[in-house]
Amino acid sequence: MSAVSHSLEHGHHAHQPSGLMRWITTTNHKDIGSMYLIFSFIMFLSGGVMALTIRAELFAPGLQVVQPEFFNQLTTMHGLVMVFGAIMPAFVGFANWQIPLMIGASDMAFARMNNWSFWLLPPAALLLLGSFFVPGGATAAGWTLYAPLSVQMGMGMDLTIFAVHIMGISSIMGAINIVVTILNMRAPGMTLMKMPLFCWTWLITAYLLIAVMPVLAGAVTMILTDRHFGTSFFNAAGGGDPVLYQHVFWFFGHPEVYIMILPAFGIVSQVIPTFARKPLFGYASMVYATASIAILSFTVWAHHMFTTGLPAAGQLFFMYATMLIAVPTGVKVFNWVATMWRGSMTFETPMLFSVGFLFVFTMGGFTGLICAIAPIDIQLQDTYYVVAHFHYVLVAGSLFALFSGAYYWLPKWTGHMYDEKLGKIHFWCSIVFFNITFFPMHFLGLAGMPRRIPDYNPMFADFNLMASIGAFGFGFSQLIFLAVVVKCIRGGERAAAKPWEGAEGLEWTVPSPAPYHTFEEPPVVK
Amino acid sequence: MRHTTRPAISVAALLAALPASASDARYNLQTPVTGIAEQIHGMHSWMLVICLVIFVGVFGVMFWSVFKHRKSKGAVAAHFHENTTVEIAWTVIPVLILLGMAYPATKTVIAMKDTSNPDITIKATGYQWMWGYDYLKGEGEGVRFFSSMSTPREQIEGGAAKGAHYLLEVDNPVVVPVGKKIRILTTANDVIHAWWVPAFGVKQDAIPGFIRDTWFRADKEGVYRGNCAELCGKEHGFMPIEVRVVSAEQYAAWVAEQKKRMATQAQPAAPQASASTASAG
Repeated sequence: MSAVSHSLEHGHHAHQPSGLMRWITTTNHKDIGSMYLIFSFIMFLSGGVMALTIRAELFAPGLQVVQPEFFNQLTTMHGLVMVFGAIMPAFVGFANWQIPLMIGASDMAFARMNNWSFWLLPPAALLLLGSFFVPGGATAAGWTLYAPLSVQMGMGMDLTIFAVHIMGISSIMGAINIVVTILNMRAPGMTLMKMPLFCWTWLITAYLLIAVMPVLAGAVTMILTDRHFGTSFFNAAGGGDPVLYQHVFWFFGHPEVYIMILPAFGIVSQVIPTFARKPLFGYASMVYATASIAILSFTVWAHHMFTTGLPAAGQLFFMYATMLIAVPTGVKVFNWVATMWRGSMTFETPMLFSVGFLFVFTMGGFTGLICAIAPIDIQLQDTYYVVAHFHYVLVAGSLFALFSGAYYWLPKWTGHMYDEKLGKIHFWCSIVFFNITFFPMHFLGLAGMPRRIPDYNPMFADFNLMASIGAFGFGFSQLIFLAVVVKCIRGGERAAAKPWEGAEGLEWTVPSPAPYHTFEEPPVVK
Repeated sequence: MRHTTRPAISVAALLAALPASASDARYNLQTPVTGIAEQIHGMHSWMLVICLVIFVGVFGVMFWSVFKHRKSKGAVAAHFHENTTVEIAWTVIPVLILLGMAYPATKTVIAMKDTSNPDITIKATGYQWMWGYDYLKGEGEGVRFFSSMSTPREQIEGGAAKGAHYLLEVDNPVVVPVGKKIRILTTANDVIHAWWVPAFGVKQDAIPGFIRDTWFRADKEGVYRGNCAELCGKEHGFMPIEVRVVSAEQYAAWVAEQKKRMATQAQPAAPQASASTASAG
């Protein structure tokens, strides 16, 4: 602990600005991690408001709340804001806070670049959200921004393209930082195969980000030049091909799906062993499964395009490759269940969210397998079934894992225990309302309701009503989380250095709250 | 095809039919009327059963553990953390299950792609926001028309009660004979649309500047409805597809009527031929 007290002292001597300038100029991984988390929560609420407006319109058949054009803007921006504004930055926030603490490093490898990668995000968010207020409004081409529809859009589309560019640069810098930190700054004795699984999943995710964010930047840049500079990448009349856009987009888009879920697997792999008081089952196979998922993710992109008219050989290749992903994903689920098996479990809020994740995410896995079967997918493509599927893996998957991680590490971050009772209420409200919202969407999709429509036949009315009620319940439940976090920051029972009996890892060897500087002298891992 | 899962599904459908008005597809894919849709329907039911079995197995174990292996019940944690046999088993068994799923799916993919030897070929062109149809080959060759949604605006804005086929009805439906192989060529005029009729198991993107194709052979007369399935702008939700499957005789009568209509309509467009067409009409 001498290293820790020394670093505390050092913190007092450091000449750092206070107030707003502290946050603008900070190079501290904990400050930057907190800013990422706050930013992503604000974006989460903004995207949530859009979702609730969508569900208000879909509450009953007919057009009541918004007009179709604005409805399409809302579905588009909801997707973009949640993916690029909420989920991705939230995981980077966790990486910033936790990776140095978990590998015994004093900070991220490139501390100034770290500051820059965060501070690119607020301007990007302003461009994205600000596009609602320009003539013609925000882009309404769907979050996938398919050409030629996206070429038709107004200037809101240009703002979105620039926002995507900026967020892409931010992600790439963040990813490089994580790779370098993990590969070079581990404490002596911490070999790669001794690293906490969260660090492993982030290392692999960071490689995915570096590989695919430039691809997205290329795709949207081609749209930009098609829009303004006379190129015809996606215009058949000029020798281009609209489907080319989809190939390029999904070459980014499918690895992107795993970018949003692999760190979630990492969080769950930290939480379940802690509360089962038993080591993670199959650590090595977890690492290999994560790597296999990442590699396979580059070979499955056209399963988003089964209805574009791929040749039979193409459909079959992408169907088989997609089905293969079920194998490593299955291994992970089995490993988590085996970790719980014959453990000595308690169910504090982090564990509830992790078990909830496991249960509900797996349902999303099953519908994913069903969608992998090309003939079935041709029926389900662009219906509410797909909407249900990806919300099962993104909300019950990524988001629940984020909540699990937030409750798990809140005591370390704030130095206080959160309100366990409120946390549990948050979990039960979230999981119940989540299922009320999204489960009926499977039936809507099977029965033939397309996605991205502002109005529908009355035969779909009752399930839509149910989904809308669930959505409002789910949305308001998230305010409980806000209340828990605010309360926890302000005070509460003092948290011990290791508040969880079964927790293991270097982050629990430093006091709670974690001092401003930690591990200035690296710990030794046996 | 016979499905052991049918009883379960019909029970669910029966339960569902109680509160709401009669509809044949409350909890499942729409009732199939083509061989392909039937295969998809059957495959989906089987996969659902397999997934359900795995689900019950995995979560049976998990919930058993959740209730039994609690600290509050005095459970003491074991220390095992790997088992090669088990890990190989739960890698290999899923692969075998997947192979079992891939086999029928492969056959269906190949069948869906076989657009050869059609009886009638129809080109469907997506426009913002309606469909255009050209009967290119086979009986009815030369028939062409546009097809737009016929639901009145007052129904959408709440000024009038909504009809049974609200948003799923058009002014000029596609008409095809029962039991004939219909090949649909899709293309688009502006942005990507998708031609989708769920009961036929057909969904094919309509891509501007390119021609794609798909096919169906409807086994039952009736009216089948679908939507544009690819976001195509403001009125994306308002460009339905309506297909009437009729008997051979009714189809012949419809073709004759269409030819007559087109002859009269051609009049203003081709003034030089007007005298002759008028007398023919």
